[in-house]
Amino acid sequence: MDTVLVLAHTESDGSLGGAAREVLGLARTLGSGGGFVVGLMGERLDAGAAEAAGSGASRVLGIADAALGVPRYGTDAAAAAALCEAAGASVVLAAGTSRFMRCLPGVAQRLGGRVDTHVTGVSEAGGVWTVNRWYYRQRMEATLQRTHRPWVLLVDPGSQPAWRGEPAEARVEPVPVELAEGRTRTAVQGLRDVEGGAQTIRPDAELLFVTGAGWTKPQADGQAHVAEAEQLILRFLELTRASLGSSKSLVDLGGEGQAVLSFLSHLNQIGQTGSTPRHAKGLATCCHGEEPHTVGWRFITERRAISLDANCGWARGKADVLYVADAFAVIRKVNELLLEKG
Amino acid sequence: MNNAYTIVVCGSVVPDPLQTLEPVAGPAGPGLRNEAMLPAVLDPWASHALYEAARLAREHAGSKVWLVSLGPRAKLQQVMMIVAQKVPFELIALDGPAGGFTEAAEVAAVLADAIAAIPGLDRSRLLVFGGWESASRGAGATLQMVGERLGIPDQFQGVDSARVDADGTFEILERVEGGRHQVSRCAGPPMVLGWATGSLAEPKNNPQVGMVNMRAVMPALQKARAVSLAGAGLAFTSVTLPKQVRATRIVKDASPDEVAREIVDWIRKK
Repeated sequence: MDTVLVLAHTESDGSLGGAAREVLGLARTLGSGGGFVVGLMGERLDAGAAEAAGSGASRVLGIADAALGVPRYGTDAAAAAALCEAAGASVVLAAGTSRFMRCLPGVAQRLGGRVDTHVTGVSEAGGVWTVNRWYYRQRMEATLQRTHRPWVLLVDPGSQPAWRGEPAEARVEPVPVELAEGRTRTAVQGLRDVEGGAQTIRPDAELLFVTGAGWTKPQADGQAHVAEAEQLILRFLELTRASLGSSKSLVDLGGEGQAVLSFLSHLNQIGQTGSTPRHAKGLATCCHGEEPHTVGWRFITERRAISLDANCGWARGKADVLYVADAFAVIRKVNELLLEKG
Repeated sequence: MNNAYTIVVCGSVVPDPLQTLEPVAGPAGPGLRNEAMLPAVLDPWASHALYEAARLAREHAGSKVWLVSLGPRAKLQQVMMIVAQKVPFELIALDGPAGGFTEAAEVAAVLADAIAAIPGLDRSRLLVFGGWESASRGAGATLQMVGERLGIPDQFQGVDSARVDADGTFEILERVEGGRHQVSRCAGPPMVLGWATGSLAEPKNNPQVGMVNMRAVMPALQKARAVSLAGAGLAFTSVTLPKQVRATRIVKDASPDEVAREIVDWIRKK
């Protein structure tokens, strides 16, 4: 029987983030064995430990250290490896946060194990674990099994329902590890917004607003209206608190010397060479192209699109509703209505 | 102060992103239909890593860029004809599978061995570059395992910028949640950097660079070591294309006001 470790890093207040609570929820569904152990790492653990205890963990192991107050490969890998070893874990479940995506593949190597990332589903029956993940940038989905242990599974945030139970009193078993000497020559200095851009990427937003290159193309009067497009899009984002995604072609225009939306960067890019975010709703505007350009909204639940092309491959068969209309006129009116209705 | 770097870029070939891909089951596991016939490119994020490596080498005299590439020899040759015209590098070719269903840990072992075998390698000046994820397996795991095998504890992923300051330290920007960058300062090599997009446009083809590169690329391809990846302990039970096709309701001839009202109602609906 496998020993399952849910590995989680705490937030700055010591609690668990949403992605970690998703993994807790997942672990509770894999109940044919003997439950699961939770391993916590961070500067503070108190709230997270209570959440772990409330979720039904059989043990809670922890490493609380100021060096874990920031994400950093050397210290994170050392702490994670120590927790895995202390738990005697053969299967490690963790959230695919940027912090764990950075360090856990290296931890798997350190432990002589294997790792699968971007996991979207896990099941277990009779001691056989089966994992779902996508290949070729979300263009095909595979199910796979492994006999090699330990097996580290990084679960894509947003792919599982989060555990939302009551915290409970926790007894954290401290795990000793040396995090200073020789672990790193890296100092983390903080976070920085993307240069020159408004903060437009909001992973927790309900709505993803996707902009395509059509916003920068000549309109009915023969002229491009990039400044107006910027104003309309930013106003829409302000009113809806949507997250902004972009097609690659629109982001790339900047490198080709064409007029672009000034707040867009490669971080907004979705699709084959960008992200594939998870939101409940997606509204695509002025986007064009067939597969593979459309993989960027593979994981959007409800999809609508505005395009002047009724046969647009981005939308037909992939969106629930395609509005054949001028995005400038529609979004201008949408903004007015949102403002009126408050 | 020694400012020269040995920059090793790990990157392989992937199907041209615009190609239609279809999985097929084979005796050795899943693969792509007509995989050998599909046009290939150097992996997009690995390409960015290569361009950033070339920039760094150009700015620091005495530096050298190596490209370690594991893939079918014929595919590597086809792709190198293009890539060799972009920036100066020396190729270390490894003749083996490059598909998405190969095992990252096995690939990492092969790449780390190839890097460790570079003649006269000074590990204290070593920078291991690559794409933070490939367009095939897309795991974002191989570089970390290469770094572990080479004993490098300073690693960064989703890198968009690595600036060397006057004191030789690196300021590194990594992508994190919420469209932000984490800013770190590292004392210098050895480091592993998994690149995202970076900030450089694709260099224009330079025939002179191509001629110089190809003098070494062809011999490197000819002596490429054959590599087999067993995928030990890994079994794929299915690989399928997403089949869901949505019944798209097409709204024509509605005024912008009507469309806007419908969209606002939809946005507000919980």
